[in-house]
Amino acid sequence: MSLIEIEKVSKKFGAVTAVDRLDLTVQAGEFLTLLGPSGCGKTTVLRMIAGLEIPDAGMIRIKDKTVFSSREGIYVAPGKRGIGLVFQSYALWPHMTVFENVAFGLQVQGAERKELEDRVHTSLDYMRLRGMEKRYPQQLSGGQQQRVALARMLVTRPSIFLMDEPLSNLDAKLRMEMRAEIKRLHWEAKATTLYVTHDQNEALTLSTQVAVMNRGILQQVASPHQIYRRPANLFVADFIGSPTINFIPGKIHREGGDLIFRNESLVLPAPPEEGLAGKEVTAAIRPEDIRILPREKGKGLEGEVYSVLPAGAEVILQVKKGSLLFTIRVMGEVSFEMGEKVYLQFPPEAMVFYDQETGNLLYPFREQGNGNRAI
Amino acid sequence: MEMAESFKVWVNRFRFRISQPHVVLGILLLLLLLALVIIPFVQMVHDTAVWQEADTRLSRAAKPGEWTAFHYLRVFSGRLSKVIFYRPLLHSLETSLAISFLGMALGGLLAWLVVRTDMPFRRAVAVFAVIPYVLPSYTLALAWLDFFKNERIGGAAGIYQYLFGVPTPDWLAYGFLPIVINLSLHYYPFTYLLLSGALVSIDAHLEECGEVLGASRFTILRRITFPIVLPALLSAFILTFSRALGTFGTPYFLGAPVRYFTLSTTIYSNIVNRTPAVAYISALVLILISIFILYANQRLIGSKSFVTIAGKGFRHRVTPLGRFRYPAFFLALGLILLGVFTPLLLLTWQTLMLYPNDYSLKNLTLHFWIGKSDPALAEGESGILRNLQILGAAWNSLELSVLVALVTGLTGIFIGYVAVKGRKTWLAALVEQGSFLPYLIPSIAFGAIYLSLFTQPVGPIPSLYGSFFLLVMVCMAKNLPFSARSGISSMLQVAGELEESAVVAGASWAKRFWKIILPLTLTGSISGFILVFIATMRELSLIILLVTPSTRTLTTMTFRYVEQGYAQFADAIIVLIVLIVVAGEFIARKLGKREIA
Repeated sequence: MSLIEIEKVSKKFGAVTAVDRLDLTVQAGEFLTLLGPSGCGKTTVLRMIAGLEIPDAGMIRIKDKTVFSSREGIYVAPGKRGIGLVFQSYALWPHMTVFENVAFGLQVQGAERKELEDRVHTSLDYMRLRGMEKRYPQQLSGGQQQRVALARMLVTRPSIFLMDEPLSNLDAKLRMEMRAEIKRLHWEAKATTLYVTHDQNEALTLSTQVAVMNRGILQQVASPHQIYRRPANLFVADFIGSPTINFIPGKIHREGGDLIFRNESLVLPAPPEEGLAGKEVTAAIRPEDIRILPREKGKGLEGEVYSVLPAGAEVILQVKKGSLLFTIRVMGEVSFEMGEKVYLQFPPEAMVFYDQETGNLLYPFREQGNGNRAI
Repeated sequence: MEMAESFKVWVNRFRFRISQPHVVLGILLLLLLLALVIIPFVQMVHDTAVWQEADTRLSRAAKPGEWTAFHYLRVFSGRLSKVIFYRPLLHSLETSLAISFLGMALGGLLAWLVVRTDMPFRRAVAVFAVIPYVLPSYTLALAWLDFFKNERIGGAAGIYQYLFGVPTPDWLAYGFLPIVINLSLHYYPFTYLLLSGALVSIDAHLEECGEVLGASRFTILRRITFPIVLPALLSAFILTFSRALGTFGTPYFLGAPVRYFTLSTTIYSNIVNRTPAVAYISALVLILISIFILYANQRLIGSKSFVTIAGKGFRHRVTPLGRFRYPAFFLALGLILLGVFTPLLLLTWQTLMLYPNDYSLKNLTLHFWIGKSDPALAEGESGILRNLQILGAAWNSLELSVLVALVTGLTGIFIGYVAVKGRKTWLAALVEQGSFLPYLIPSIAFGAIYLSLFTQPVGPIPSLYGSFFLLVMVCMAKNLPFSARSGISSMLQVAGELEESAVVAGASWAKRFWKIILPLTLTGSISGFILVFIATMRELSLIILLVTPSTRTLTTMTFRYVEQGYAQFADAIIVLIVLIVVAGEFIARKLGKREIA
């Protein structure tokens, strides 16, 4: 069942188009992450779903109820949308105790005293904040503040959790802990979660679906695996993955009976797809997919080690071939010399090809999973 | 069909937009600004170009209510224009300029000594250096009169004559020189505060770079430090100049006895002499000069504001004064003694003297504070603490100041809310800019503007002249720029996610404002509230034209007593005001970081 439906929603701030005719549906129970560089419009999408920002055009439905429509003139206030929201700054009210912060939403709804106390305590217990009721936010650690913000969101039992970069104010260690906490929360509460982040690691580890945005336009919606393995276009391919993917510009030629990919420095087998012949393309391959062959075999593409960057469990190599510079990730402790000759192999099954003109994925074709929502 | 659809979308978009709380509030604030500033201003300009009732005395051609250039011709090119306009204009400009330069020199020197040298007792000097600014601007003028007064005006002569046995020469007692000295001593804290702020926030690295490159101390001061603090210095100049231009008390007390009039005092005397149009034109000229100066300031400084707020624990370079350490301290001490302690002591002493002109100890009395009515003294008026008129005025002053502080502070918070929530919308920009308009209008001109509009009924509103409400309005309008600024800065930390969390929780706007916004901004605005209270408590220039016997305040009572020659009463009231104001200042400083109005 689709829980949130967004249709042709646009939002401008002055001359800047923050979100441009966005279509997106979120299924019940999903953990969908909006991912993109800063200023791509992801937070605006979240705020429009929450009702904090009023779109210029389009329609938003939550649980089959229209909460915004520019045509019909419908706008439902945030408090009536059945959502909970956690901000990047946590936005805990500094003049209220932990208890008062969490109880506020229930007070507004006019809950009975007894029920209010029970529910606040349940919520605080769940977030392991028992005994902190009388403290003020400033007296808590960053992680505790984060948990108060989550408790405040949970207490009104929203069916949708909205989270705007909730972990970016925490240090690296706490962030790992809270990631686990949030994933657990999603699983236990069975609430649909919409999560905004610019951190691709966070997106890939937490989500069931990732929606990548750039400059107000939705680039791709797919599972984390798909996003990583089959990026829909050059932007997504480049944005996802660290170190970044290798791009190799070239052209597909017919030679004899076969199609081959050729550029000034190398020749590779091209995908067996007739329509591609004669096209200017960009081939792409992840750093961990390029293999380095044992040198005695003397096969593969000969390159020269340009730089060696050991990083504990892995080594990042830069290898120069003609005008190309490949980034290669080699697992384990392997030693390379600067300037050393190495022999590279590009496994055909790991290669993806993009149309240089449109920047879109040509091969392998994107699987049509999860509705027809991409691009 | 397509057209109709997109029209519907457009209408809905507009509807959504204007139904947001900050938009509704913004429109209300615009209307308020219209009523408080724009309409009165337009009315005043209108009155300068229309025959007045009172003009029938001046010209046979006068047809009250019809358009005429009579007033302009009379002021700018008439037979009397030299007396009623050009000379006062010259006096205004020469005093304001001299006050600005002297104030900048004193304040600048003090700022440098306190922030950048090893002068002893720097902290104590810093505390006392700003007190003159807290006092009513004419406090010093009254003390000056107590000391230098001669027989030219009523009452006994001052201490000078008592000591030297000769009357004080007029040039020392009244006119240009005393006005400049007294107001410079009152206004130098502007430069002191702005410049010490700028000097503190210069990154020491900027100067150290110069040092590493081999520049001498003087070169560093001239090529690095001075250009960086120049914008602050210019702002101090502008601020002092425009305040000096609009101030009324000191130029009146010290200038009127020798007919040394400035534009601000001619505005007053023209109103009193029932030639209001002349007063309004003079007010208009004052406003134009103010606007021109602020505009020039914008052009000169523009984006060249180098000084940024520095992080904590900032380190700056200290210049060792060597053998000048103590001389520098005595210089600062002298300034403080001259600007604060001597005048206050003199005023207090005066209030304790039974007969003026007798400086012996047996002449001391508390009669003017707590004495019962005695027909032999001061026409039988009782001491100020049992004088019903004065107590009534004190009550008016307190009521006015508290009310203005609350209303202005609250309006400032609303303006802050609109400005911050609506950032980048034209409505918010209009409200923000509009709230700074009163800044352009010198105090005495503001009073004149209100006088022109509210002496008659305006539409459904009856004539407000003589009402307490009018005083609240004018004080609120004049203090708005300051409250708006403090409202915006405290709102920057509150509006946004803290409010939005409450929106998501389903709280109504009223609930959000009451439970979240107000409690959070209040802590940041209390010192602002008190500063408006202080400003209103000592306000004279703004309300002198609007006060009637039933709405008298302490300041206007002082004014009356000075005019009648009862120095003891006048001084006693001033001492009372100073006590209230200094207490307020002390509380404000305890409560929060100091800001400058």
